[in-house]
Amino acid sequence: MATATATEPRRARSASSSGTADNKKLWWSIANLIVLLYALIPVLWILSLSFKTADTVTDGNFIPRAWTLENYAQVFAIDLFTSALINSIGIAIISTVLAVVIGTMAAYAIARLDFPGKKVLVGISLLIAMFPQISLVSPLFNIERAVGLFDTWPGLILPYITFALPLSIYTLSAFFREIPWELEKAAQMDGATPLQAFRSVIVPLAAPGVFTTAILVFIFCWNDFLFAVSLTSTTRSQTATVAISQFTGASQFAEPTGSIAAAAVLLTIPIIIFVLFFQRRIVAGLTSGAVKG
Amino acid sequence: MADIVLDNVVKRYPDGTLGADHVNIEIADGEFIILVGPSGCGKSTTLNMIAGLEDISDGELRIAGERVNEKAPKDRDIAMVFQSYALYPHMTVRENMAFPLKLAKMDKAEIDKKVNDAAQILDLTQHLDRKPANMSGGQRQRVAMGRAIVRSPKAFLMDEPLSNLDAKLRVQMRTMVSKLQQRLETTTVYVTHDQTEAMTLGDRIVVMRGGVVQQIGSPQKLYDRPNNLFVAGFIGSPAMNFLPATLEDGVFRTSLGDLTLSDELRRNLEASDAPRELIVGIRPEHFEDAALVEEHQRPKGSVFTAEVDVLESMGSDKFAYFTVQGEQAMSDDLADLAADAGTADVPGGDAGTLTTRLSAASTATEGRSTEVWVDTSKIQVFDPNSGKNLTTREAAPVTA
Repeated sequence: MATATATEPRRARSASSSGTADNKKLWWSIANLIVLLYALIPVLWILSLSFKTADTVTDGNFIPRAWTLENYAQVFAIDLFTSALINSIGIAIISTVLAVVIGTMAAYAIARLDFPGKKVLVGISLLIAMFPQISLVSPLFNIERAVGLFDTWPGLILPYITFALPLSIYTLSAFFREIPWELEKAAQMDGATPLQAFRSVIVPLAAPGVFTTAILVFIFCWNDFLFAVSLTSTTRSQTATVAISQFTGASQFAEPTGSIAAAAVLLTIPIIIFVLFFQRRIVAGLTSGAVKG
Repeated sequence: MADIVLDNVVKRYPDGTLGADHVNIEIADGEFIILVGPSGCGKSTTLNMIAGLEDISDGELRIAGERVNEKAPKDRDIAMVFQSYALYPHMTVRENMAFPLKLAKMDKAEIDKKVNDAAQILDLTQHLDRKPANMSGGQRQRVAMGRAIVRSPKAFLMDEPLSNLDAKLRVQMRTMVSKLQQRLETTTVYVTHDQTEAMTLGDRIVVMRGGVVQQIGSPQKLYDRPNNLFVAGFIGSPAMNFLPATLEDGVFRTSLGDLTLSDELRRNLEASDAPRELIVGIRPEHFEDAALVEEHQRPKGSVFTAEVDVLESMGSDKFAYFTVQGEQAMSDDLADLAADAGTADVPGGDAGTLTTRLSAASTATEGRSTEVWVDTSKIQVFDPNSGKNLTTREAAPVTA
């Protein structure tokens, strides 16, 4: 009896399984759509604002009634913004490269080697990641002024690396742990030095992790406002996020809403390019086939 | 090509446990030697020490007469095939096989030639531009072999290279490995836990247990003259039957009845001052359906009658299983073997079952009593305490 009652609902479920699968798909699609709209509407709004003329900026229409490229022209007319964009790109790229290179080596050591103080190291890097950045602004400001780093590229790159490293160490060590250790042994047997094994076997396999980390670090550096506004003062090193905040309207009384929107749109473009470019390199399941699958 | 000598090699872990305990093996140039034993017996540790992937705590390892204890794996000029194959997934088959040559800074034309030659031998030519992820287990295994042979190293080390393949493919690959080794005549150390592989592949077998070498010898020697209960039970499939026996009035009193002793055995046991309580070991093929034993053979053995529990007809032979009444043979060696085979946990498993191999012509049927003849001249006798083989008088040395 017990078996009969147990099999009954199972059979019923399997009969309608194609129906429930369709249903499930529908619900997931709706949920995805909601999340997508929630994330995209503010972006579209900014985009819409950036195309509106100065008169219609506050009319509340989602689709601009009068289209214009004036805002974009204005943004590039401001010297401050062009130089800030260059600063942003330079500082973000240098910080990303350094943080990822150092992070790769540190993460490898943490994932593979047993050395004294490993737990302490991991704990400290976790501590840095959780440290409220605002509390470091005044000390950093004083230190950088004292050593002459204030308002320079390295003055921003250094704190960026500090805060990006814990993140990159964490993501990368997770990726390294996934790589079968036997590959490294095999490379050693094939005649590779530890460095050669790391470079030609481990790093290529960790590439998806490296690129993922690079994207995250780049976005972190690119979006930062706090350090950028506190540790810079001139076009020498002011980044784009700071430049936007210092936009002024045509007159003292005009709100530069349109220009800010246009600049914000311009700021997202490098990130989109960056993500698209590296996404291709993030080939899922790259390690499949290394060992018996 | 070179000989490999392990001279009192010890692997001591930081917690004091011994992975390998004074291992002495002399591997001749071109020899195919198998390290075999249950898991945790130290065979992989020994292999890794030869490879240089694990440090040697004590003793000396010599390859081609030269001490290599302190040499990095890359400087030992030996190739290794891993159980998991360890192919580089981001490289094609060609790149995988060329990798060791590239590291050796060989010029491109020569690399191409060597890779193509190896691919030809292993029948991989049409797969050279594929990635390992798109290949079957057998193909990956061959690529792993290819990566080892392109370099013509001094020796091959193989760590259970076939254990991830399914049974049929494993038999095929076994033949391939054997042919390859004969063709290349390269010294090969092969680790396996599968005694069939060990028996069929090796020139000599090293049986290990708990980091200690139990016996070294040719497959036949290990089969016919095992040093101790452990080797006797480990080598051979189906395994040897073990029965407790008491030596009394010139016969073995066992649960199968009285088994007569050959004169030679009796003399040897008397000379070696054997205890009265013993363990006798009888291989399945030394049983026969009594009806099929020729008249002049009969006096060489003893006959007992028992009911057949299970009968498996293999076509060429019949395997008949009997339940043995009374106590079972007890010894540390046998407990170890049972634990390794997993039979210790199976209720009514191996213990207490007598496995016999009868001729296909036997009329034995399940559930019926059958007269079975035992060739008592082939009986092996063991000391239950030390596990030592008492059958022959010669003090059996570990190496042979």
